[in-house]
Amino acid sequence: MRIIQAEDITRAVATAVIEANTVLPPDICQALKQAYEKERMPRARYLLQVLLENAEIAKKEGLALCQDTGMTVVDIMIGQEVHITGDLREAVNEGIRVGYHQGHFRASVVKDPLIRVNTGDNTPCIMHTEIVPGDKMRITVFPKGAGSENMARAAMLKPGAGEQGIIDFVLETVEIAGGNPCPPLVVGVGIGGNMELACYLAKKAIMKPLGASSPYPELQRKLLESINKTGIGPQGLGGDTTALGVNIESYPTHIASLPVAVNLGCHSTRRCTLEL
Amino acid sequence: MEFKVLKTPLTTEVVRSLRAGDFVALYGVVYTARDAAHRRMVQAIASGEPLPFDPAGQVIYYTGPCPGFNHHPVGSCGPTTSGRMDGYTVELLKLGIKGMIGKGERSAEVRAAMQECQAVYLATIGGAGAYLSRKVLRAEIVAYPDLGPEAVMKLEVADFPCIVATDVHGGNLYRDQDKGAI
Repeated sequence: MRIIQAEDITRAVATAVIEANTVLPPDICQALKQAYEKERMPRARYLLQVLLENAEIAKKEGLALCQDTGMTVVDIMIGQEVHITGDLREAVNEGIRVGYHQGHFRASVVKDPLIRVNTGDNTPCIMHTEIVPGDKMRITVFPKGAGSENMARAAMLKPGAGEQGIIDFVLETVEIAGGNPCPPLVVGVGIGGNMELACYLAKKAIMKPLGASSPYPELQRKLLESINKTGIGPQGLGGDTTALGVNIESYPTHIASLPVAVNLGCHSTRRCTLEL
Repeated sequence: MEFKVLKTPLTTEVVRSLRAGDFVALYGVVYTARDAAHRRMVQAIASGEPLPFDPAGQVIYYTGPCPGFNHHPVGSCGPTTSGRMDGYTVELLKLGIKGMIGKGERSAEVRAAMQECQAVYLATIGGAGAYLSRKVLRAEIVAYPDLGPEAVMKLEVADFPCIVATDVHGGNLYRDQDKGAI
């Protein structure tokens, strides 16, 4: 058994909050640069150039990449041999509180979805935990803006719809979203499981780095090509670059079901993973 | 890219000179407002109360900036999705608002009202909040401080980059794109 103190979790979360909100992950930065090289439309090239400049300013000056510093998703893998002293959920939310305050980030969470009073410190986060073998804790902090999250969709397709049904649903989602989710996008697709698991898998998919291993590399390639043919382009103002990448996560499903969920990440799909 | 200089407040004449696709560099005062502030302003109109600022010729920027630090008036300060404000916009246009800055397309109803009231919709760069924050010279809360980041702020901007997305002559970059004619 290994003991991990709640205070260490708070510190790690606060550090990850600041890093995630100010430093664009290297794979996303690389994909933006490649898109800039390949983009043919002048307006789109200008926009991609500003996004690259934005990432430089944010990193250099410790500024948030985007003013929507998100409602924070915190995804934690807890080794089954770990014993946590203190309250895990409170320790994580305290890390959010400290990180958002120290980073001068916007508080974007309301306490009640109908009464809508800002909690003032960006808590609570949305916390997922999974128990895994081992004695480590792996914490991923993923600040997710609402511009992109609001355009997410899920559907329970008929199994007969198959791969084409999934392609059609993903493309329809990207078309409906247009410029709202701040393309170029990272498109996350969750396939299988049931309703809630498909949604979680879609989120997991955009939390993965671009080019990570996939159950369906060919389908990802096909989707990326089709999405970039839509011409939606950076900011929805036209161009060759509508998505930087597509990631798929899947799970076994019921004989009668083909659940599919699409979660869109903006061009500043931000994440930071720390291990304790 | 060549940018036209655009000074606020806007006149009908200036609005009419803009065409979808033009790049503009904005100078002067803009007022921030997003969902919660729009709800309050429309409530104020309904109950005959004054708006937090005189809307004639003014420009509303759909944003809720991060707090400023290190002597900067605001932190990251990019646009939010404009479509969420569509339901409140027509009433504000009728009171003389001449420009809106945000990201993403507007409803057919808002586009029609823009033609009727002669107002322009400018897209700025979503997710470029750090870059855009450096174009803000001054910031001051003028209404609804209890809304925190959703309070109405008076921002003074210089060289603030926008693209004319919807003009008063029927030009609309988003709609053109729907037609496949980019």
